[in-house]
Amino acid sequence: MDIKSMKYYLYWLYCQFELITCSYLMEPWEKLLFYTFNITMLVMVLYTAYIFVPVHVSTAFQFFLNLFGNQHENTVSIVK
Amino acid sequence: MANPSAVCNGHLHHHHQKQNNLLKSGIYKKNGITKGMKKNGTSNGTLYKKTSIEQFEQAPMYVAVLTFLGFGVGTIFGYLRDFMRAWGLEKRNIAEEREQQKDFVPLYQDFENFYTRNLYMRIRDNWNRPICSVPGPQFDLMERVTDDYNWTFRFTGRTIKNVINMGSYNYLGFAETDVNALKTVTRELQKYGTGICSTRQEMGTLDKHVELETLVATFLGVEDAMVFGMGFATNSMNIPALVGKGCLILSDELNHTSLVLGARLSGATIRIFKHNNMQSLEKLLRDAVIYGQPRSRRAWRKIIILVEGIYSMEGSIVRLPEIVSLKKKYKAYLYLDEAHSIGAVGATGRGVVEYFGMSPDDVDVLMGTFTKSFGAAGGYIAGKKDLVDFLRTHSHSAVYATSMCPPVAEQIIRAMKCLMGLDGTTQGLQRVRQLGKNTRYFRRRLHEMGFIIYGNDDSPVVPLLLYMPGKIGAFARRMLEKNIGVVVVGFPATPITESRARFCVSAAHTREMLDTVLNALDELGDFLHLKYSRYSKASHPELYEENRLEFED
Repeated sequence: MDIKSMKYYLYWLYCQFELITCSYLMEPWEKLLFYTFNITMLVMVLYTAYIFVPVHVSTAFQFFLNLFGNQHENTVSIVK
Repeated sequence: MANPSAVCNGHLHHHHQKQNNLLKSGIYKKNGITKGMKKNGTSNGTLYKKTSIEQFEQAPMYVAVLTFLGFGVGTIFGYLRDFMRAWGLEKRNIAEEREQQKDFVPLYQDFENFYTRNLYMRIRDNWNRPICSVPGPQFDLMERVTDDYNWTFRFTGRTIKNVINMGSYNYLGFAETDVNALKTVTRELQKYGTGICSTRQEMGTLDKHVELETLVATFLGVEDAMVFGMGFATNSMNIPALVGKGCLILSDELNHTSLVLGARLSGATIRIFKHNNMQSLEKLLRDAVIYGQPRSRRAWRKIIILVEGIYSMEGSIVRLPEIVSLKKKYKAYLYLDEAHSIGAVGATGRGVVEYFGMSPDDVDVLMGTFTKSFGAAGGYIAGKKDLVDFLRTHSHSAVYATSMCPPVAEQIIRAMKCLMGLDGTTQGLQRVRQLGKNTRYFRRRLHEMGFIIYGNDDSPVVPLLLYMPGKIGAFARRMLEKNIGVVVVGFPATPITESRARFCVSAAHTREMLDTVLNALDELGDFLHLKYSRYSKASHPELYEENRLEFED
């Protein structure tokens, strides 16, 4: 039962997308073109995110770690 | 119960304290000006004998953004299709210039043609649907299909029967085929035939016209009236007879094309004031009286204000008492076009003049049409005897246009007699009351469901906002699948972001028909996500609980 309402909800979301972007009005070949373009863009964005985000996050994390790490060492040296 | 977002004549109705916050944070448009809370001074409080609620709620911001997105995608694909047509990759179906004219100034390159070619054509099957029965509360449609995406249509030969009619201007339900009702019309048809074959000034004035004109004058409570064969032509042919060069016309922003055409044909100077906005109108009047004509600074020969009783795209009612007081103060004339309001508003159906409890002597030129509430065709102009006598000699329509044909005149006579009660029954009054009840019920239920509805609570024209271009086509098609016929409107009849579906409630609709339509709208509103209203019962049910206990300490 839940699968059915989930499927209906997804279908409803798809209809909303169609209505908002006017792809409801397009002829089939135009729809194909539009969806291909959209899916290509989406896949490229996701791929870029997959490649670059972990590298950037770990670099940023290391940077902040060094920043706070240096501070810690400084205070230790002054106390000594 | 009044909607919490209502502002009536400057008196805010506070039902619960909580609603104050809603009102403060909500931005809604009234009279074309976006404002939060509005409080008029007490000056207008005495002009209006009853409060009327008019609202033009604005949709959330994301709706406007998505509408533009939809139009953007449509435009991009429009350019793509135009490119393919220009380079011969696609067959050209629309009108275009001949090869020899390619070096001339282009005929078909402005935005309106681009819009027609690329956006209107895709959803064209929702307009111009041929009907094959009387446009009563239910009608029959001819089924038509398209093989090439709305460029051409063909009829399958079947008819779709008993489609509920929510689009015809049949406010009092006089568009009927009942033999008993049309007895007098059939008799006149057999006596006079159908054609007049002459203009009013030559040999086209029949005793039927005289009878009709005296009846119209009695109905409206004025001295005299004149009837014309066509409603549009009444406006466009008579305004040039009344004003000319050296006169000033102050016309409302959203006036009908017939008024605009008449004003332009007359050659007078036209100035436009914001829709139903009395401050804008007063400013224009003051400037006109103070500064006079543009270069010579002479006084204007005539200042005339053109307004309509009910505006058919907005459903708003004109603010007549304020306009009349302004006109008296600045010595201007008033031309009131009651095309949609005659027969539809007012306690006995006599239009906006009666609705506001005013005397018909306050309005200089009363104009109306018989197409909407009387189930006939034609228009009238009524007022003082001098005015109508002048129009009988000087109007273009009287001199050149064929006069109204006798069976149509008889239909108007019988409808008006029914309304006035002269046929011995109370049917006319019942019809007006039924229309009022239907209107209020329909509007209340739509508000409760959460749709954005424009206009006055008493106007039988109900515009339901759709906003996005994709939804226009989807809405009309799905309603037809459910056997309900609606009229949808988009650009250029409305602003580009505010496309709407316009319902015309009729006295002939039964409660069951309205309930069918409302249920279908509920379903469709959920499916298409049209319930944008932020002030309705549907979005804030806790504010409308009447049996909530409140403990006071």
